[in-house]
Amino acid sequence: MTSIDEQVEAKNRSLWGDVWSQFRTHKGAMLGMIVFAVILFGVAAGPYLWHTDPQHLDIRAKNTNPITSCLFTGSQIADCFSDPESIKYYDPDAEQLQRIKVSWAHPIGTDQLGRDLLAQLMQGGRVSMAVGMAAMLLSLVVGTVIGVLAGYFKMVEGLLMRATDLFLALPLLPLLLVIIMLFRDTLRNAFGPETGIFLLIVFIIGITSWMQTARIVRGDVLALKEREFILAANSIGTPSRRVISRHILPNILSPIMVSATLGVATAIITESALSFLGLGFPSDFPTWGRLLFDGTTFIEQSPARVIWPGLAISLTVLSVNFIGDGLRDALDPRIRGR
Amino acid sequence: MKLTHFIAGTLGAALLSTTALAESHMAQGRDGNVNIIYWQAVSILNPFLSGGTKDVDASNLILEPLARYDQDGNMVPWLAAEIPTVANGGVSEDLTSITWHITPGIVWSDGTPLTAEDVAFTAAYCMDPDGGCAQLTNFSDVESVVADDELTVTVTFSKPKPFPYGPFVGGTSVILQKAQFENCTGAAAIECTDQNFNPIGTGPFMVDEFRANDVVTMVANPNYRDPSKPAFASLTFKGGGDAASAARAVLQTGEFDYAWNLQIDPTVLSDMAAGGKGEVVSAFGTAVERLMVNMTNPDPALGDARSTVEGGAHPFLSDPDVRRALSIAIDRGVLAEVGYGAAGTPTCNVVPAPAIYASTANDECLVQNIDLANQILDEAGWVRGSDGIREKDGVRLSILYQTSTNAVRQDTQALVKQWWADIGVETELKNIDAGVFFGGDQSSPDTFQKFFADIEMYTNLFDGTDPEAYMNSWTCAEIPSPANNWLGNNMPRYCNPEYDALAAKLSTTADIDARAEIVRTMNDMLMQEGAMIPLVHRGRVSAHANSLEGVILNTWDTEMWNAADWSRGE
Amino acid sequence: MLNYTLRRLMFTIPTLLFISFVIFLILDMAPNDPTGNLPMTIPPDVREKIRQSLGLDSPMYVRYLLWCKQFFINEPLNLIEQWFDVCFGDCGERLRVRSWATRSYVVDLIAERMPQTLWVVGMSYVVSIFIALPIGVISAYRQYSWFDQFGTFFSMIGFSVPTFFTGVMLIVIFSVWVPSDSIFWLPSVYDTTLEVTDLHSLWLQIRQMIMPVFVLALYNAAQLSRFMRASMLDNLSQDYVRTARAKGLKEKTVLLVHVLRNSMIPVVTVIALSVPQVFGGAIITEQIFRVNGLGQLLITGIQGADIPLVQTLTFIFAVLIVLFNLVADILYGLLDPRIRYD
Repeated sequence: MTSIDEQVEAKNRSLWGDVWSQFRTHKGAMLGMIVFAVILFGVAAGPYLWHTDPQHLDIRAKNTNPITSCLFTGSQIADCFSDPESIKYYDPDAEQLQRIKVSWAHPIGTDQLGRDLLAQLMQGGRVSMAVGMAAMLLSLVVGTVIGVLAGYFKMVEGLLMRATDLFLALPLLPLLLVIIMLFRDTLRNAFGPETGIFLLIVFIIGITSWMQTARIVRGDVLALKEREFILAANSIGTPSRRVISRHILPNILSPIMVSATLGVATAIITESALSFLGLGFPSDFPTWGRLLFDGTTFIEQSPARVIWPGLAISLTVLSVNFIGDGLRDALDPRIRGR
Repeated sequence: MKLTHFIAGTLGAALLSTTALAESHMAQGRDGNVNIIYWQAVSILNPFLSGGTKDVDASNLILEPLARYDQDGNMVPWLAAEIPTVANGGVSEDLTSITWHITPGIVWSDGTPLTAEDVAFTAAYCMDPDGGCAQLTNFSDVESVVADDELTVTVTFSKPKPFPYGPFVGGTSVILQKAQFENCTGAAAIECTDQNFNPIGTGPFMVDEFRANDVVTMVANPNYRDPSKPAFASLTFKGGGDAASAARAVLQTGEFDYAWNLQIDPTVLSDMAAGGKGEVVSAFGTAVERLMVNMTNPDPALGDARSTVEGGAHPFLSDPDVRRALSIAIDRGVLAEVGYGAAGTPTCNVVPAPAIYASTANDECLVQNIDLANQILDEAGWVRGSDGIREKDGVRLSILYQTSTNAVRQDTQALVKQWWADIGVETELKNIDAGVFFGGDQSSPDTFQKFFADIEMYTNLFDGTDPEAYMNSWTCAEIPSPANNWLGNNMPRYCNPEYDALAAKLSTTADIDARAEIVRTMNDMLMQEGAMIPLVHRGRVSAHANSLEGVILNTWDTEMWNAADWSRGE
Repeated sequence: MLNYTLRRLMFTIPTLLFISFVIFLILDMAPNDPTGNLPMTIPPDVREKIRQSLGLDSPMYVRYLLWCKQFFINEPLNLIEQWFDVCFGDCGERLRVRSWATRSYVVDLIAERMPQTLWVVGMSYVVSIFIALPIGVISAYRQYSWFDQFGTFFSMIGFSVPTFFTGVMLIVIFSVWVPSDSIFWLPSVYDTTLEVTDLHSLWLQIRQMIMPVFVLALYNAAQLSRFMRASMLDNLSQDYVRTARAKGLKEKTVLLVHVLRNSMIPVVTVIALSVPQVFGGAIITEQIFRVNGLGQLLITGIQGADIPLVQTLTFIFAVLIVLFNLVADILYGLLDPRIRYD
């Protein structure tokens, strides 16, 4: 015997409620969600908790080691953690006692100019996450729309797919130079140097990375279009708009999800390549990709400089991937029904 | 190892036919193969058609000039028997001609003799108006180059030349073989791929295989004038990649013997060198990293008059107090230490070398003095606003500071920005791809000539040891403007009749001490008026394996100048 | 199908002409300049003369038409002459496409770069396909097993860590830390002049290929295996799979014949898009290991604003993209006969 309340509740279960309850059973997705939320919180609220200015240079503190270096001081571990400034160790190269350069002021160390890595990581995360998500969404929307239209409507197929070929063939770097030359100053005047360049970068990454999604989506739509259920929908006079939104889109969700996950990583990394070429954010503006790139030179001196930004990028991408997996399962009625 | 021994053996055997085997330790090619790595790849071996440092350096293993500069900046005869001077009669009394005598007996690698005709041809080759010769500056004011006899050549100038050593001196002005390049003059120059990829020279090596933008393999020149040189039977000149990995290949993995221009973080470089496989060498020439101060107004609202003299003076950088404050707020010692290490020293002069031209009148700026800078600005009426940025009459001290994309330059920018913030100056940083910044494309707003910013930073230097042409850069006539297609060297748009008068005087003064005096005065004028803010005197920094002996880093000529003397130690 | 292919091929010609024009336009508008990387000691007026000697003073459309003539007429004629040893008219005198930086024929430069790019980049794609397809299939079949979780983890790490980092990391480990007399030591600089003639040189070639191939394969395999897995998962839950199983087909047949074939469409797309990439080279990886293949040729061309070189390379790239997209479309039809183009 079930109570009336429960019966009502069972009746009122909505589609999204179902999706959510399925999503919750996906352990990976929930874990991904938690990790993603933690990263999001870290970059959004972090700078309010950790007050060091990411752009402040403290040249005397340059190349500070992360506090974890204390783990390697042997018997002095406890002293090192409580008062890092006091610890000395014997350096066989210099043949004298040296101070191990660690400090609680910079728990994961500093760069070659003495900028605090933790603050940079949090500041950089804001930009990288925003660029990654925004550019991914842009390229996903453009790619899906073009792919679906080209796959479904024969009339526009030739034109759209040739446009895709064109974009695939364009030489990226000269194109970037042209776009930046044409629009950087206009956007800078309209939105200020930071927002202007942010919009420009999102636009550039989005506009140069939608082609693969478009081709994949079109390939799947071509196959779906000839399936019985689409034929059936067409034969009862369902308008194309509804066929696409009701029948096509849900069935091509999984390649789109994969594209989205990969898109976040591509966008974050492309941004670092742009900064490297001098086409990205101003040089005093940290991003994860840029931190990783700058740190690569110091890979032997201070591995922490590549580990942290590398870990941040990987965790973000991994968590987005698991969330994507979970969403795909949750949205698939065949799996949800099981 | 086997392969190199084999090459060494066969080559050695061919050359040793006349010498006793007992002397084989002094024979050419005794030390096998030497590996050189440049992180920019060689694209052509004709230095007249490229001008890129990598191309000039590689071609100098094959081609040679009449005279070179040694590591101290002194001229040494190379293919010539002696350096012509007024004293020995080689330079005419009126300073309009110079006569070179070629050392007798020098032959090209194909066995034919080097003659004065080759030298005269080289001049004609470069001075051809359709040829697009990159080294034309060496031949400026040259009226004619005539071969007087087999081994004598006379260069006549259109006006008195106090320093007549432009043509045929130094690595950028090498001699081509007439027989080989005869049909390659003018517009045909670019069509001679075989010649440009495999020039015949008098130098220690000759090309074996050339892969453009990748690798050049060379073998010892059997007709080289000193039968005991070069010590290496073959040479590999690999290009591509980046400076850090080039340093790694010499200092850490030991795959290469010599790496060029290692502008990477000094701590990383010294850590790599600590591995003990190789040694970092540096030497100083005339290169100075400097800030150019825009004396004209770069406001976009001015349209076509932006950053031109017509557009009017700069709203705040035209104030000498602001320029001085900006200069003394910078800690040049830190910039040199962080960015350049052993390859940089702080400087307050735009002409830091050779020693007789270097002034000491401007050394105030060597010591950072934020307090003084603040005091100067306070006294000049620039008061701090609510956000800490100084302003006067509605003009904020807000600077757009541009430079080319390069890790060291971006670090420098960040440091300077912070120091300027300490004196109430706001800075926006901008970095531009080097190909665009230095490119001079007329349609691009981002070139260093257009200077659509308040401050820009780059390095400039002069070739050889004579600064006359360099000092001419800051005369009024050199100001870039739309009228001259922005072709001009005077980036600060500095214009001072007194300076122009000194430049004119310099071009007619022959006595070296008097010239030095004038150059120092001109340097002091530029510095004290703050048209430029010099930061760091930059050296070249390269690395070689411990086993490579005979490397003498030379900043006055190409780095490969004495490759004939290189050998393999223990 | 043949009809469709022919129609597409015909449509290809105007498309490619249009693409070549757009590429030229972009290269011409780009603000970098062939004299931009020259030393500062070369004064502006000499730079201007160099630009003139390269023909940069003539209008854009003249230079485009000249390139078209050189590339579409003179180069093919020249190729035919070389192959068949014949001579049409003014053979040998014909203007061919020349690079500005090296003043040599672009076609020769490309031919010189082809071997190392095909060896390294091509091999990396082959390796990545062989790794990615089994991983994708098994991960999907055993969804959420430890193998799947592990595969997901590694492929996402592989994809999210850029090649500029993995390359340097491998060099530090295998070229610096490993002593150079150990058999595990690998060279950090690729020797393009090495010719494989015997077992020893083959070993040297393999040794210098290991790191660049691994770096590239890791990155590509990650992407490919994700698409494979996703597509397999979609198909595994379809009704026809249940039907096939119900018919009593062996699990192997169900999986490898029915499901795999139907899952290949996104994977074929990704692979078809990658084949041109092989010829485009891998810019960053080639730089790090100094493989100096087509990618490095392209990037030096772009940095030096070598318009004829970049135009030619990019256009050849465009031809490959258009062709392989056509191949992919034809393959769709073969994999899934329901797809009809006519």
